[in-house]
Amino acid sequence: MNIYLDVFLTFSKIGAFTLGGGYAMLPLIEREVVDNKHWLQKEEFLDVIAVAQSLPGVMAVNTSIFIGYRLKGVLGSIVSLLATVLPSFVIILLIAMYFTHFKDNAVVAAIFKGIRPAVVALIAVPVFTTAKSAGITWKTVVIPIIAAILIGFLGVSPIWIVLAAGLGGFLYGKFTGNTKQTEK
Amino acid sequence: MIYLQLFLTYIKIGLFGFGGGYAMLSFIQDEIVAKHQWISVNDFTDIVAVSQMTPGPIGINTATYVGYTVTGSVWGSVVATTAICIPSLVLVLVISYFYEKFRNNKTIASIFSGIRTVVVGLIAAAAISLITPETFIDYYSWIFFIVSFVLVRVFKLNPILLIIIAGGAGWLLYG
Repeated sequence: MNIYLDVFLTFSKIGAFTLGGGYAMLPLIEREVVDNKHWLQKEEFLDVIAVAQSLPGVMAVNTSIFIGYRLKGVLGSIVSLLATVLPSFVIILLIAMYFTHFKDNAVVAAIFKGIRPAVVALIAVPVFTTAKSAGITWKTVVIPIIAAILIGFLGVSPIWIVLAAGLGGFLYGKFTGNTKQTEK
Repeated sequence: MIYLQLFLTYIKIGLFGFGGGYAMLSFIQDEIVAKHQWISVNDFTDIVAVSQMTPGPIGINTATYVGYTVTGSVWGSVVATTAICIPSLVLVLVISYFYEKFRNNKTIASIFSGIRTVVVGLIAAAAISLITPETFIDYYSWIFFIVSFVLVRVFKLNPILLIIIAGGAGWLLYG
């Protein structure tokens, strides 16, 4: 099979069949790219994930661009990007076009009144799991708490927080000479 | 010019949206709901719920949805979704090119480790900013929130099942 077509079909399969967003996509990407297609070694894949996670943007998109580039350069990365995005694009577009029409329906409105607080809980849960994996300790826990208060309660743009945190990390590394490596 | 605004806003979200899925929500919320007021906090929360039940990354899902809602046109979705991917494409291509240098660069590593410490705060901020009088309409909402939290955190309930259960309970209670 043509490699571009193969890349396209593989990534659109990944895009079409993973519920639950970015992190849920990683095991599926690994199975396809490492186990089934042997496009990348396991080590290489873990490297790619580490970099894709540290970059801004949608993680699954970053990962697929990386892999597409490794396989077939710039054109490969564009093919894998399109394939990853296309399934959710089509599905969400259809929902956006038709969902709004029955949103005012009393039953749908009641259902979403129940769903909204549950969604907030869904977002709140990873706060605790991520804190562990990001290597937050009792000494550093004050940093994310301040960030959350500034953004969540005082309306500061998260962009400033990220810039400040990056600068903070830079200065910390410069003056202490050591960089905390949480992964590897 | 709404398309240009949409384009620039999503470029910004793609460029600064560190920390993946849920952390990215705080950037999207800040730009789309708080600043531009393109959609309400209820709509935003609903999109997150829909994103959980449909395939694909949450950042892409919200871009596609907001793009259509704001412009009433498929092109709005195309513009927003393309824009959120452009910074990723450029960054990944540049980094792939300098891969070895990038991986072993101490300065970059310390900048990223600084950013990593606030990612948790970004996720918490996303949750906090969605607790509003519109989304939490009465004390039942808080019961929904606490029960959901325990179900997912302690009993590892699948998010899709949680949304179905919460929706069913909402129907019984408010319908």
